[in-house]
Amino acid sequence: MELFHGVNVDWMGKAKYFVALSLLLLAVGWISVYRTVVVKHGTLYGIDFRTGTLVTVRFAGKPPIDQIRKGLQQAGLPNSTIQGISDTRSIASQNDVVIGLEQTQGDESLDAGKQKILDVLHATFGTDTSGKPDFNSVTQPALAADLTRKDPLVLGTNAGDRYNQLATKLTSARDTDHGGIVTSFDQLKNVEGVTPAVVSSLAGDYSLGTFAIRDADIVGPKVGKQYQRQALLATLYALGGMLVYIALRFEWVYGAAAVIAVFHDVLITLGFFSLFHYEISLTVIAALLTLVGYSMNDTIVIFDRVRENLRLMRRESFPDIVNKSINQTLSRTILTSGLTFLTVLVLYLMGGEVLRAFSFAMVVGVVVGTYSSFGIAAPIVVLWNKYGGGQAATVRGRSAARTA
Amino acid sequence: MSSQLKWKFAFILAVLLVCIFGVIGVPTFPTSLAQVKDNLAKRIQLGLDLKGGSHLVLQVQLQEAIGQRCDEAVDDLTKQLRAKNVAVGEIRRVDDTHILVRDVDSNASGPFRDLVSNQFPEWSMAPAAGETNGYLLEMKPSVVADLRQAAMNQTLETITRRINALGLTEPTIAFTGRSDDEILVQLPGVGDPTGAKAVIQAGGQLQLVRVADGPYPSEAEALAQHGGVLPAGTTIVPGKNESVAAGQPAGQVFYVLDRSPVVTGQDLRSADANPSTEYPGQYEVDFKLSTAAAARFGPFTESQAAIGGRMAVVLDKQVYEAATIQSRIEDSGRITGGFSQESAQNLALVLRAGALPASIKYLEERTVGPSLGADSIRDGVRASIGSMIVVMIFLVFYYRLSGVNAVVALILNLVILVAFLAYAGAVLTLPGIAGVILTIGMGVDSNVLVFERIREELRGGKVPAPAVDSGFDRAFLTIIDTHVTTVVSAVFLFLFGSGPVRGFAITLIIGLIANVFTSIYVSRAIFDFHLSRMDRQAHLSI
Repeated sequence: MELFHGVNVDWMGKAKYFVALSLLLLAVGWISVYRTVVVKHGTLYGIDFRTGTLVTVRFAGKPPIDQIRKGLQQAGLPNSTIQGISDTRSIASQNDVVIGLEQTQGDESLDAGKQKILDVLHATFGTDTSGKPDFNSVTQPALAADLTRKDPLVLGTNAGDRYNQLATKLTSARDTDHGGIVTSFDQLKNVEGVTPAVVSSLAGDYSLGTFAIRDADIVGPKVGKQYQRQALLATLYALGGMLVYIALRFEWVYGAAAVIAVFHDVLITLGFFSLFHYEISLTVIAALLTLVGYSMNDTIVIFDRVRENLRLMRRESFPDIVNKSINQTLSRTILTSGLTFLTVLVLYLMGGEVLRAFSFAMVVGVVVGTYSSFGIAAPIVVLWNKYGGGQAATVRGRSAARTA
Repeated sequence: MSSQLKWKFAFILAVLLVCIFGVIGVPTFPTSLAQVKDNLAKRIQLGLDLKGGSHLVLQVQLQEAIGQRCDEAVDDLTKQLRAKNVAVGEIRRVDDTHILVRDVDSNASGPFRDLVSNQFPEWSMAPAAGETNGYLLEMKPSVVADLRQAAMNQTLETITRRINALGLTEPTIAFTGRSDDEILVQLPGVGDPTGAKAVIQAGGQLQLVRVADGPYPSEAEALAQHGGVLPAGTTIVPGKNESVAAGQPAGQVFYVLDRSPVVTGQDLRSADANPSTEYPGQYEVDFKLSTAAAARFGPFTESQAAIGGRMAVVLDKQVYEAATIQSRIEDSGRITGGFSQESAQNLALVLRAGALPASIKYLEERTVGPSLGADSIRDGVRASIGSMIVVMIFLVFYYRLSGVNAVVALILNLVILVAFLAYAGAVLTLPGIAGVILTIGMGVDSNVLVFERIREELRGGKVPAPAVDSGFDRAFLTIIDTHVTTVVSAVFLFLFGSGPVRGFAITLIIGLIANVFTSIYVSRAIFDFHLSRMDRQAHLSI
């Protein structure tokens, strides 16, 4: 099977439309950034880059958001934020609530924020007063140790690894089958290896909380700043490194064009982030850098072909050579990008809540990155060739191609 | 098959075997499927984001350790000057690293300078600006650096001992490498780090000190009792008023204590939590002293008991108990103060593990609950397998037999990547899984580049063998260029990124290197094998 064979499109003739499209995409995204940051005094950064506390709590049923909000206000935490997760793909995570607390006072109060949130939750939803540990937050090693001590199966010294395995089965039943919250010990009856004696032993030793902490992040001001700086540096160095490599392999103008194109991709992706209310976290930075690599990939494949064709087609004009190169590689470009797009789309749909922002960046990035290779990077080289000392670039490009 | 091709396949097979062995063959050679699973779980270490746990970054307040050294120097200098009868107006700590000595007796400036340069080699001396006979002592930068390093090492060791004593499994305790005063603590499986954090943060500085007088209701009153100037070698320490006579208001009280303790936490031989005999329901910490300390402590308590002296138990600069010494005490003591069983056990643990040289602050705390970790593994693995299958079906559909070739190369790529993670003991994190998925994408790209090139050559009229040859040759440079560029950016990500992002960069770098091997070397070998068995003019299934 073959697609896109013998395509003959005048890409460079349409360069001005591409530029217009890019400007439009940039404008749409960055107007949204402007609205978020300047008008609403918000931020694009997630907790990784900010100062504060973010606790994700899972409830046994539909989360009582109003009750939580009231509790937080009564506790004197008015600048707390509460957000349900509207994830239609996973039933269990609809019971999750993300509680955020902005902290500006400094490192000292780092612990206080999380503790206050937990206090409010405990006060509002009542904790077990018996002082028994909560089964919904016990870890596998702790549970294994408890079971070994109580020995409900009366194994004595023959227990060996049995209780460890049983604890693994119990915690994974809780975390996988019941979404992290067990509401009654009877739910554990059907777990492999569990006898009524085990259930009653658990019921005697543990209480069942109505909510469980899914995750909790606390980031102090110093760390938040450091991460911001680190991410920015990593991005700049990565771009610089690529510029130098391409300049060595091709011509500096190719390197510059490729870097401008990926910069354009990052800006558009960030704009879309703001538009769709995703936050920039450390993993998203990883996604942005990967998309930089991908977009670069596409651009280099085209530039490679241009370099080769410069040697083969001495009579043709430079824009024609670029057009031909893009057309020749179009089949590969669409196949690869299509498959990559499929990959990240699967990731976006199936990768779970934690990977969602990451895969969103990749979904947008793959599309924009592919487009920018012929829509932005190639026209820049052509323009340079036409107006600014371009003759030299082409000639040196040829000699470079010969030695390559 | 030519002998060269045979060698190629032998090499590929060897790589494959080493990789498979690395993933499932160790630590015990598997004889059942359960053992394979078990080996796999042992070899592929999961990051905190996948298995749940707590991640803490803490900052050691190093200036405290330096300031303490400065205080000691002030005390020491005061003592030595007095012994040598060198009169000075004032000895004062200016900041953590500077001491100001004012109005040195002009006749004694020679002996003063000799004393400082001989007895205080850690300090450099210069005339103080704006003082006639004043000197400014500065701690030498090399000494400050050594102090910082020593304090960091001691903190790391102490925290390690404490966490091990808590019995937490497979903790990671290391310098972050980001800043020279930060320590990273990772506690897998700990869903609520509150208890562990308290134990890590506890100062644990125990002192048994002679009580000069007190308690007083306020610091000012304590000073006023002494006419505004404390007796030499004493200091004011706050405490709770539990041991104060009935009728007094609850709250803080202040004692005047000796500066230098009789016994410190370093003199302890053991410390244990026990139910209190005096206050039912409460717990106390009983401790025993080392032989050397007992040799000091026995005579001291005997002489104090004779004059009705008192002794205070000071923990982290807070008086827990001040009691009259009844008789000679050999080597045991106790700390009371309304402890619960847990807090008494934690205190005993902290005392056994030793004190921190400086206090610590938490900069960052991340906790992933076990259920979120379980979800992430399931989602991540499902997404990886899902996308692999989608891509592979498409490749076979679009490139026929050559597509099968690409699928083989992709699977080998994954096997090598996973094996490397196992051999290097690298940790698989969620961004790491993303790195794996992106490796799949790049692997597909390399294959597509080669195949499209071969198709072009075939269209140009070449027969299969030379078409495959030039297809690989021409795509080679492009593949190298794209891979090197991405590896360059991944290397920067690794160098300048942090924690989870590094895991991503590592999988991407290894995946891309493996990819160059599989999509060029392995894929080529399979093509050559296929070509060697078919007719020169026959149609190539691509």
